[in-house]
Amino acid sequence: MIPAEFDYQCPSSVDEAIRMLADAGEDAKVLAGGQSLIPVLRMRLAAPSVLIDLSALTELTGVRDDGDSLLIGAMTTHYEVQRDHLVHEHARLLFAATNTVADPQVRHRGTFGGSLAHADPAGDLLAPVLALDAVMIIAGPNGRREVPAAEFFVDYFTTALAPDELLLDVRVPKCSGWGAHYEKLNRVAQAWSIVAVAAAVQVSGGAITQARVGLTNMGSTPVRARAVEDALVGQPATPEAINAAAERAAEGTSVGDDYKENLARVLCGRALTSAVTA
Amino acid sequence: MHISVNVDGVRHADEVEPRMLLVHYLRERLGKTGTVVGCDTSNCGACTVHLDGHSVKSCSVLAVQANGHDITTIEGLARDGKLHPVQEAFHANHALQCGFCTPGMIMQAIDLIADDPSPDDEAVRKGLEGNLCRCTGYQNIVRAVQDAAHRMRPGAGPDAERVQDEARAHHVVGGE
Amino acid sequence: MTATAEPEVGRARLRKEDARLITGRTTWTDNVQLTGLLHMAVLRSPMAHARIRGIDVTQAVAMPGVLVVLTGEDLAAEQGSLPCAWPITEDMKAPPAPALAVDQVNFAGEAVAVVIADNAYRAVDALAAIDVDYDELPVVLDMNQALAEDADLVHPDLGTNKSATWVFDSADAGSGGDVEQAIADAEVVLERTFRQQRLIPAFMEPRSVVCDPSNDMFTVTSATQIPHILRWMLSAVLGIAEHKIRVIAPDVGGGFGGKLQVTPEEVLCVLAARRMGRPVKWTESRTESMLCAHHGRDQIQKITLSARRDGTVTGLKVELLADMGAYLRLVTPGIPILGAFMYNAIYKFPSYRFVCTNVFTNKVPTDAYRGAGRPEATFAIERMMDELAAELGVDPMKLRQQNWIKHEEFPFTTVAGLTYDSGNYEAATARALELFGYDALRAEQAERRASKDPVQLGIGISTYTEMCGLAPSRILGALRYAAGGWEHASIRMLPTGKVEVITGTSPHGQGHETVWSQIVADRLGVPFEDVEVLHGDTASSHKGMDSYGSRSLAVGGTALVRAADKVLAKARTLAAHMMECDEGDVDFTAGQFSVRGTGTSRALGDVVLAAHVAHDLPDGMEPGMDADATFDPDNFSYPHGTHLCAAEVDTQTGQVKIRSYVAVDDVGTVVNPLIVDGQVHGGIAQGIAQALFEEAVHDEDGTLTTATLADYLVPSAADLPSFTTARTATPATSNPLGVKGVGEAGTIASTPAVVNGIIDAVRHLGVSDIEMPCTPERVWRAVRGSSDGGSTAPEAAGGLGSIDAQGGQS
Repeated sequence: MIPAEFDYQCPSSVDEAIRMLADAGEDAKVLAGGQSLIPVLRMRLAAPSVLIDLSALTELTGVRDDGDSLLIGAMTTHYEVQRDHLVHEHARLLFAATNTVADPQVRHRGTFGGSLAHADPAGDLLAPVLALDAVMIIAGPNGRREVPAAEFFVDYFTTALAPDELLLDVRVPKCSGWGAHYEKLNRVAQAWSIVAVAAAVQVSGGAITQARVGLTNMGSTPVRARAVEDALVGQPATPEAINAAAERAAEGTSVGDDYKENLARVLCGRALTSAVTA
Repeated sequence: MHISVNVDGVRHADEVEPRMLLVHYLRERLGKTGTVVGCDTSNCGACTVHLDGHSVKSCSVLAVQANGHDITTIEGLARDGKLHPVQEAFHANHALQCGFCTPGMIMQAIDLIADDPSPDDEAVRKGLEGNLCRCTGYQNIVRAVQDAAHRMRPGAGPDAERVQDEARAHHVVGGE
Repeated sequence: MTATAEPEVGRARLRKEDARLITGRTTWTDNVQLTGLLHMAVLRSPMAHARIRGIDVTQAVAMPGVLVVLTGEDLAAEQGSLPCAWPITEDMKAPPAPALAVDQVNFAGEAVAVVIADNAYRAVDALAAIDVDYDELPVVLDMNQALAEDADLVHPDLGTNKSATWVFDSADAGSGGDVEQAIADAEVVLERTFRQQRLIPAFMEPRSVVCDPSNDMFTVTSATQIPHILRWMLSAVLGIAEHKIRVIAPDVGGGFGGKLQVTPEEVLCVLAARRMGRPVKWTESRTESMLCAHHGRDQIQKITLSARRDGTVTGLKVELLADMGAYLRLVTPGIPILGAFMYNAIYKFPSYRFVCTNVFTNKVPTDAYRGAGRPEATFAIERMMDELAAELGVDPMKLRQQNWIKHEEFPFTTVAGLTYDSGNYEAATARALELFGYDALRAEQAERRASKDPVQLGIGISTYTEMCGLAPSRILGALRYAAGGWEHASIRMLPTGKVEVITGTSPHGQGHETVWSQIVADRLGVPFEDVEVLHGDTASSHKGMDSYGSRSLAVGGTALVRAADKVLAKARTLAAHMMECDEGDVDFTAGQFSVRGTGTSRALGDVVLAAHVAHDLPDGMEPGMDADATFDPDNFSYPHGTHLCAAEVDTQTGQVKIRSYVAVDDVGTVVNPLIVDGQVHGGIAQGIAQALFEEAVHDEDGTLTTATLADYLVPSAADLPSFTTARTATPATSNPLGVKGVGEAGTIASTPAVVNGIIDAVRHLGVSDIEMPCTPERVWRAVRGSSDGGSTAPEAAGGLGSIDAQGGQS
């Protein structure tokens, strides 16, 4: 299938991109890696009049060390994230989840920021970003602002981004030395997650000192499994403690599907088990 | 919109509609029909080519996004009548039947081997998860990729594709 | 009779076809470019059942690049009705099947208008500007509901949703006893209902057609399995003289039965090209392919099996509902009937009855898909044998051994009236058990059960046979099929000694160019490289019945052998003339004729040249050394084998993992083991896909919700295991090569092996059936006992993530 006609603009700076967005109005779409957008255009599920391609904005590419955090440029590809030593060292959870995104070809083109702005709750990067308390750095006509992940994801395919705003970077607090795992269940390798669980834990002296758990595809946004986190902190890193905590994984979700709730609990247990041994 | 793209070692300069998919540019404009379209949703991988040395699905890239980049297709692999080792291995291991998925499989296999010069069975299968084949059950494809990796040691990669003989490349205006 | 130093038959020759396929120098239909080429795009109904009140094309016609927009009304007088070649009963009900809907649409995806434009992008753009006014009609989707008395009707003019009922009864046929009596007398009676979900062939190359009307000829290039049948049918449907139609099937990217069709779009391309006087091309998108290329399977099978307590089976009753979809396409009604002879399988049932009711629904028509009727039959009987073993508390393999036909009992005439010519189920099974490590896996299964391991292990068995090599023409006639089942081959001996083979088969991945070369090289003693195989063009290959039903080698290969033998017979006569000896004294070895007991010899090439120049031929001999042969088989071929699947079931998530898979197949004599292995691998993959992944799902409005490869889950390499394959060989006696078909065997065998494995893993938890595909959710629900038979509402599989991709078309 073939996309409907559109105009194409390729800004060379963030400011120019924002001007173009403002000029184009609500009928513009931002093209990052295009790995979700182009199939959507081909299926004619969307027909924007203008496409604004960010590929020339090299300043949005790459991972930088920013003290207590990593700054990940929105246009950094999944492939680059997978191979970035800072991500390996300080954000294992992101690394683990990125490895499971789509397939190698898509990971070569698809971008970190594009996935987050697309905001499909079945996407694999949202739950880790939420769990890690990442912050979105956004630019718009009135300057820059920062939005915590918990406020960024609003609904299916809906974020806190205004139509004339761009996601520039994501600040991901370092979790150096934490164990992390992304446990995903899907029907075939390429398929989206039925449910997945992102878990990162800090273990000290045999006890869990911090825990972060996010759920993929358990609602219209990624979901933070706070009950699990609360149940884990201060507990010994034992199978009993993990399983007891994992039993609470579906608390606060509202999918109304006993199978998915079961998966949340089972996969949470497995994610945590792998995380504490990772 | 005007684009300039290096395809299989030849520079092409063309006017294209912004919405034209890279795969259609290759097929319809340049006559590079070796790269095929199998689906609408980037699942089948039949259209896989290399963009600056990395595998991409040319049905999910706009031709305008390829502006200024290097594209390698299945038609640009053989050099001076000599097949690429992955092409040889696909033949030697009966890794194709109808052959429709084959160009994409071969292009992805080259990428896979570049990242992992001696992949085990699982690594090959995982590396090909974005390419569908309906004929072979993948068994001989997996064998072929491992055989190719063996043939190619110490490794293939973007360098293996770089056109050695710059003289072969010439400037073409209006690829039609 | 043979031949070159190393026999070609049996040799793992690498394929001739590969050279063009691995370099991208292929001729797919969509690659065809012609001067003045126009492009066709098809507007498809979003409604599953509706009256068309009107179509407004004004805006579309005015769009840039658009030459014409045609509706069903425009073409009503010339488009005819798409053919159904298999009226299975005298009173079968068949609605007219226009290529372009005229006043009513009967499935979502049916073509309602076409745009002809100067490029493909513009043709698609104009679709959105066509305004169709629909009047919705009630939608008929469920077969049982469709047969209810007050049911809404798909085709009100027919007065019913029932197309036909087809019956085989062994008591009536004289091939066995009365099954009702057997059931009444039985010590054990099992009744089960299985659902064969609807599948989509999903060949990798989307369909494409180009019709060039120039030179007083319609040259139709199509991604088809059946160029010869297509030519005949286009002529019949459109009233164009057959000799004015040439059909070319160039490189064709897979078929699996899905391209065994005369499609609306082929007809429309011809009509558009005729109207415009210019070549017209149509290439479908994947979504179109899913929405309107025919589907497969879709049956509900009620099976009643009777047996004695000692395990001896006594009767089998099969009651089928088969979903035709909205129309009867080329062989739609006959597909379930191809299974009628296979439910009894390899077992000695003394009585058998088969009743099939064909039902119309507002869905895409069903038709051939790899195995076509036989996978359904094999699934049902192999599941039933496991159910009986469980009921009786015996080992399922021992139960099969007790009931199957022993190797010394061949040829064996079955209760369905077929004569199995050869086979050795004991040998294939013994080899499979050995490769599989059956006893060790049973021990591990017991351990896991005892320890209540969350991951349980099951062993699935499928001891299958099938009938293929379609088909003896007289049997097809008796089944009311409209064509014959023979195949044709020609051999042209060129003056330089090179050989051209023309075959009526039409390969689309099977490797006929290689295998046919091997057969001819062996037979004529010429080098493999000296043989060129021509196919898929009615101008060069004027006569053929094409490729499907695992027929090409057993039928087409035999025609080739006969043609080669005719060449040799004539060459022998001429050689005797040249060597001035009696024909009876001429030997032929390795391409050389020689006079027995002397040093005198002539190479075949010299004899061919002598025939070509014709300076000195025996009286009455025609110049040249070409030969034609047409072979009509007198029996099917019956490959068989034993497939074993070790399935791990994660009882906490319901996910199934195939740990090991062993297939031992007996396909008779093997010409090329590489190609046979490849067919088996691919076949197994498709059968596993039915068991675990694939399902065409419609919502309550009749919209196909699995219309992309993101929703319809064709497995990738990462989703399938490695297979262990091996072979036993009992040559077929029905053809001189001793070959049996192999194209469908893997698919037929593997589905029940997988499902039996899953059930075996969780039977101790109270599960006796799980509907296919055995998705994690269905398996989990079955294990939890929360839903009867692990059946849940079918659902599409995610698509473009959470995006609702349905309805997006063009």
